[in-house]
Amino acid sequence: MKPRHKRLALIAVGLVALGAAAGLLLNAFQSNLVFFFSPSQVAAREVPQGRSFRIGGLVQAGSLQRQGDGVSVRFVITDTAHDVAVLYTGILPDLFKEGKGVVAQGQLGADGVFRASEVLAKHDANYMPPQAADAVEKAKRAAAMSQKTLIDPKTSK
Amino acid sequence: MIPELGHFALIVALCIACVQALVPLLGAQRGDSNWMALARPAAQGQFVFVAMAFTCLAWSFVSNDFSVLNVASNSNSMLPLRYRFAATWGSHEGSLLLWVLMLNLWMTAVSVFSRRLPGEMVARILAVMAMISIGFLLFLLFTSNPFERLLPPAADGRDLNPLLQDPGMVIHPPMLYMGYVGFSVAFAFAIAALIGGRLDATWARWSRPWTTMAWAFLTVGIALGSGWAYYVLGWGGWWFWDPVENASFMPWLVGTALIHSLAVTEKRGGFKLWTVLLAISTFSLSLLGTFLVRSGVLTSVHAFATDPRRGIFILAFLALVIGASLLLFAWRAPKVGLGGLFALVSREVALLVNNVLLVAAAALVLLGTLFPLFHEVLGYGKLSVGLPWFEITFPVVMVPAVLLMGIGPLLRWKEGKLGASALRLKWAGGLAIVGAVVVPVMMGGWSILVAMGILLAVWVAAAGFANLAGRIAQLRTSTGASASAALRHLPRGYWGMLVAHLGVAVFIVGVTLVRGYEVEKDVRMNPGDTVTAGGYQFRLEGLKPVQGPNYDATRAVVSVTRNQRSVTTLYPEKRFFTVQQMPMTEAAIDSGLTRDLYVSLGEPLADGAWIVRVYYKPFVDWIWGGAFLMALGGIIAVTDRRYRAARRYERSLVADATIPVAQGTG
Repeated sequence: MKPRHKRLALIAVGLVALGAAAGLLLNAFQSNLVFFFSPSQVAAREVPQGRSFRIGGLVQAGSLQRQGDGVSVRFVITDTAHDVAVLYTGILPDLFKEGKGVVAQGQLGADGVFRASEVLAKHDANYMPPQAADAVEKAKRAAAMSQKTLIDPKTSK
Repeated sequence: MIPELGHFALIVALCIACVQALVPLLGAQRGDSNWMALARPAAQGQFVFVAMAFTCLAWSFVSNDFSVLNVASNSNSMLPLRYRFAATWGSHEGSLLLWVLMLNLWMTAVSVFSRRLPGEMVARILAVMAMISIGFLLFLLFTSNPFERLLPPAADGRDLNPLLQDPGMVIHPPMLYMGYVGFSVAFAFAIAALIGGRLDATWARWSRPWTTMAWAFLTVGIALGSGWAYYVLGWGGWWFWDPVENASFMPWLVGTALIHSLAVTEKRGGFKLWTVLLAISTFSLSLLGTFLVRSGVLTSVHAFATDPRRGIFILAFLALVIGASLLLFAWRAPKVGLGGLFALVSREVALLVNNVLLVAAAALVLLGTLFPLFHEVLGYGKLSVGLPWFEITFPVVMVPAVLLMGIGPLLRWKEGKLGASALRLKWAGGLAIVGAVVVPVMMGGWSILVAMGILLAVWVAAAGFANLAGRIAQLRTSTGASASAALRHLPRGYWGMLVAHLGVAVFIVGVTLVRGYEVEKDVRMNPGDTVTAGGYQFRLEGLKPVQGPNYDATRAVVSVTRNQRSVTTLYPEKRFFTVQQMPMTEAAIDSGLTRDLYVSLGEPLADGAWIVRVYYKPFVDWIWGGAFLMALGGIIAVTDRRYRAARRYERSLVADATIPVAQGTG
């Protein structure tokens, strides 16, 4: 092979490798996107099966139940229009409270119970996670309620 | 009165910054030495006023002046003194003032330690830094005045966020900002060189110690933040790929590429444009990080401040800085010549591949951090990028870079011999393979990931020693010196490289072993119960209420034994901060060279039992130890004699060439 051909071959191999790497990366990226859904969307069966996603809303007051092993909990996330039951094993974050905003990540079981692998309440005591606030807001709008919403994201700092 | 004084000082600083940004720059263009000479006093004067403003704010916090809105919202009379002081940068406004203070510190440092630089270079560097300063001072004064008054004054403050009431808060932000903002010096050097058209090896030699120093600060800052998250969040994790963490990690990655690329520019005159581009990118990523954290566009632990107006200001500033510097780059780049030629097997190529990999890693992190933002802004709904994205792709890119770290420093500049270098590394390679087989078995279970991690770590460390042994042998044959004399003869820059690379090896050991062998248990415990983790028995002896300065707490007493021998007693707490009505988990950790024992309290159950989280974390402290070694390596390299010697040499050249300047400045 002439040096020029060698160089061309080298460049071609490099481009193919780069393309393959980019393809693999994009594929990995696609499969790692975690979408966010509201309890209303869960009720409308818009959520993917067998794939992790996040749901957000308020922890329904009085819904927190501790299971027999003491470490598992069951609670209900609501966007005031629809509810989703959540099962979680582990320690809840410090800021987890009934009536406050929460975001959970996990998969929806066939029985309609959301099995959370992670519960997030990363915000200060009065602050609402934007995702949770968004879910509640949307549900309220969908219910076409004319009065002011419970949670106004602009003032809940 | 004090707050108004601080406000006034900021305005004066802004005026000085405007003069400093304009006059020396024009002076450098016109060759007017008097105008150029204004740069140094202006920089130092600006520093005095910014420091004064900062002192005024700190004073308001320390003396509990609740007529200042910032103090009333972020402090409390019951808050201990050190946190009242640290609360100065606990708020959005305060942390930006800290940003400007750090910028001024670096600026003053440049004005003091640049006696040997040509006057026009100094004038341009300080002018560029003043422009950055103007941007942030305007931002402070118009959107985030830290001295805003509250009328009528509050009786007491709303207290500092409990998460921030930690010794980490006193030291982590200043360190991190020192690093972040320090890259503005590298940026200013690059822009000054582009304006002046002087982009050569000497420029790289001037720029290198500053860049390395900023990088070392950033390394320490990130490590401190990671360690803080490890014990304060009570989850025992040390890195979450949280957008705020990524915001500081991206400049670190590109900054690491920059310090390696500067090496090529200094030693071989090559990669000049690439180096300039990296300097611009590093600082732009620092600004992007500031935007991400300070605009409140992210949902995360750190996003305490939310105000879209501020976000738009920083975004516009970011666009201006990046746009203007890239325009300048495009205009000036064609005039820059190429460096020396090099073969396919050479240190240049090794460093080039290292650069490409580091930048690719930064791009992966950038994609994972910004994609959710774009997705939402474009109206496609909210989503997040899962942890596996970072945890799989990042190592895939970094593993080749680490493998290359072993062989790169052994290759010669210009044209290396792969065979000869590989031969010198046969022991290192053998040791790495033996380590990969033996260490995981010794730790209690072989797995491919642990084997890979140990392989990389031993490879990097052993290759470093092989490199050192080779250099000593070479010196002894060429000069006939003894081994100890040869050791002393080696330059600091070389030692710095070895120490920093050893730091990478130590870091990898920590990450690998804690990943592979940590034990994590969330259990329900009554007083008297025992749980076993990693061969240690944790016994909950009892619980008692404790009163803190601004919180009430429940403190557990957990005794730890191993083989019937007492190891330690841990006191984890669950605190309840009375002003903010917020609970906080205070983990108790027994640190050791080979393991951490970590206990934190979950929540109380009905019958006096608690949910307790017990961790056994082998070698976790090596993660931060490795990071500190990297930073230490950087600091050792900065003290290299050649930077000082080179400056002396430069001065003699400059003095000959520009006598009028010397006369002008007196």
